[in-house]
Amino acid sequence: MLSFLSNTLKTFRHGIHPGDYKDLTRNLSIERLPFSEELTIPLSQHLGAPSKCIVKVGDEVKRGQIIAKPSGFVSIGQHAPMSGTVKSIEMRHHPNGKMVESVIIKKDLFSPQTFYNEHAMDWENLSADELISLIQHGGFVGLGGAAFPTHVKLKTPEGKNARFLIVNGVECEPYLTSDHRVMLEQSEDIFLGIRILLKILGAEKFYIGIENNKQDAIDFLGENIPEDMNGEVVALQTKYPQGAEKMLIEAVLKREVPSGKLPIDVEVVVQNSGTIAGIGMMFRFGQPLIERVVTITGPGIENPANLLVPIGTPLTDVLEHCGGLKENTRQVLFGGPMMGAPQSDLDVPILKGTSGILCLTDEEVTIKEEFPCIRCLRCVDACPVYLNPSRLGALAKTREYEGMLDFHIMDCVECGSCSYVCPSNIPLVQRFRVSKALLREQQAKQKKAG
Amino acid sequence: MKTAPKLLLTSSPFLKQQEDTPAVMRQVIYALIPALIAAIYFFGISALLVIVASVFGAVGTEWVFNISTKKKFNSLKDYTALLTGILLAMTLPPGIPLWMAFLGGVVAIALGKLIFGGTGSNIFNPALVGRAFLQSSFPVAITTWSPYADFNSFMMFRGNTFTIPFVKANTDAVTAATPLAQMKFDGKLTETQNLFFGSSAGSLGETTALLLLLGGVYLTVRNYINWRIPTGIFIAVFLFASGLQLIDAEKFASPMFHLFSGGLMLGAIFMATDPVSSPITHKGCWIFGLGIGFLVVLIRTFGGLPEGVMYAILLMNSVTPLLNSVTQPRIYGAAK
Ligand code: SF4
Ligand code: SF4
Repeated sequence: MLSFLSNTLKTFRHGIHPGDYKDLTRNLSIERLPFSEELTIPLSQHLGAPSKCIVKVGDEVKRGQIIAKPSGFVSIGQHAPMSGTVKSIEMRHHPNGKMVESVIIKKDLFSPQTFYNEHAMDWENLSADELISLIQHGGFVGLGGAAFPTHVKLKTPEGKNARFLIVNGVECEPYLTSDHRVMLEQSEDIFLGIRILLKILGAEKFYIGIENNKQDAIDFLGENIPEDMNGEVVALQTKYPQGAEKMLIEAVLKREVPSGKLPIDVEVVVQNSGTIAGIGMMFRFGQPLIERVVTITGPGIENPANLLVPIGTPLTDVLEHCGGLKENTRQVLFGGPMMGAPQSDLDVPILKGTSGILCLTDEEVTIKEEFPCIRCLRCVDACPVYLNPSRLGALAKTREYEGMLDFHIMDCVECGSCSYVCPSNIPLVQRFRVSKALLREQQAKQKKAG
Repeated sequence: MKTAPKLLLTSSPFLKQQEDTPAVMRQVIYALIPALIAAIYFFGISALLVIVASVFGAVGTEWVFNISTKKKFNSLKDYTALLTGILLAMTLPPGIPLWMAFLGGVVAIALGKLIFGGTGSNIFNPALVGRAFLQSSFPVAITTWSPYADFNSFMMFRGNTFTIPFVKANTDAVTAATPLAQMKFDGKLTETQNLFFGSSAGSLGETTALLLLLGGVYLTVRNYINWRIPTGIFIAVFLFASGLQLIDAEKFASPMFHLFSGGLMLGAIFMATDPVSSPITHKGCWIFGLGIGFLVVLIRTFGGLPEGVMYAILLMNSVTPLLNSVTQPRIYGAAK
């Protein structure tokens, strides 16, 4: 309770302090994963409309070649991560649990797999709209996990003004270190990416928010900001969920995004550091988003690593490269332990939004018994948007979903902080996700009817 | 690769703070142990028996309920019934007939908790419900105090310990007035020092302000109780009593006397902070605490009874739902 005395670093209010478990991989340099025999590229790897496939079975594709186009503004392009042949286009398991139409590419055994179109792009002479379109067709999504198309956030709506760009280098999910490694190893790409985004947005200043459990990245990027750029690295107190856009904006700028509004309403655009590095790379080499850094970690994997993985690589190949799962591994997650998604099937591909693969053993996944809510207030103290999860949880349990609206359920960012602290082991965030989905469905129905 | 394991599908988050509700309740019980030992030290074996009887009443009732309703969830595991039994005992005089202590435990759980739907659903603090029941049913027994013991009388059974149920109590028992009664009816003050270290007559948990305070500090530091509640109570008691002293220092007791006498420490630290029956917002907790403190002094000074902690807390329990709804904090991003 007296933490304000001991810590003068910036942060947001509330939130939680889970252990960071990053030691497993924080010092492991990014290592390139060899190409698999086959890659599976789901046409939907992002929020928004699926991409539109433009290749046919039997087509030869080159590494970096476009294979699917954006099907609307909230959609992206997709590319072949390796040279090969389109073997089939069919429904495949997607890490979200559904079956999704995917392009299967079979490796060309005789291709050198070098990048086929190594051309720097002359970004300085392109307009903002042209740059945005390049980023959209380059297939960029937020690499932090949510996979929201990057270019959508760059298109400033009429009457709004983007004064600040915040680079999200927080990586607040325990265990994950992919952004951390990218910040240490790809600073040149990051700064170029920032330049391009500043130009698109017409923003006056950038901030790079990094938690103080990555002091080396804070120092390194801080010392290397090019002289002519107006920006600074902001060291943040390590706290979850600081990587949530709204929390990061509060931590860095002390601004609150109004309920139901977007960061642009407080003149801010937030982009993940990995995404920005990818953009920098595209303009340096002409390489679209066809690979990403993934942290493979957790007590359940033999050799944790930070790997540069071609999009579409089968999860099993990645795990095998890391020595395989241990006997007692019980859970494999896409993403971190706070918001990640458990997999029922290892036959799924790595996606653009896959920041990490976390393997947990029996020891970590003991199922806890649920006790009645004792209204201890811990969840209230943890919730970064100051909701009352105890109250919301009670309403969800009795299915009074409408009543939950009065308690602002729609502002819940589903961070799971409440579940984390609840001594009664009540699956709060799980109930909120279900409730929100149901409420959204209802609202959609009402809209149609009314 | 080795054969694919059987993968378990549960929902995020996959990290969890270690401490569960039973652990929290256990910690509160640990924090009470020094004061319990002191009670036994000061009041002898009778005190121990009262505690045992009350705990049996509370835990036994919960157990019978679990069995008779065939609940799949064993509610004894959360330790709340045990805690209720101990807390009830601490509000009782050491010489109370054991059957009454037992009955108090039964009522505390049955009427204080189970009829509301069990742990978490009760509005009032169960231990205080038990105590209120005893006070209204057996007003004499519950206000018959015995003096604190020395070592010679440790093994001596106090007053009415073994009275058979519903038989008229033994009236020749050695009795002593509590500091609050002395104050109220004789205008006599007890040294704050005696109140603080425990050598005065009273309920089991009224004797040692110091040990209760230490327990409270422990619980606060470890974040098991909301410190705003006891702090609010202390502030209100202090201010109100100081105000009265300004009016007439002869007639009204000092703030220190109010703070350290009677069940104030026990009530403020261990009863008012019962999470289930206290507000769920910090602002609500402040109002709740201040309200209790104010009512305590009001009842003690102007009411018919020497002590008011129990009624003050029960009264404020009843406005908790109201406090919850009027003190909803502003959510993130809402207009200021
Ligand atoms: S943390 Fe759990 S037990 Fe405590 S108030 Fe919230 S929901 Fe209830
Ligand atoms: S209620 Fe929602 S936003 Fe608040 S802590 Fe729980 S999951 Fe996070």
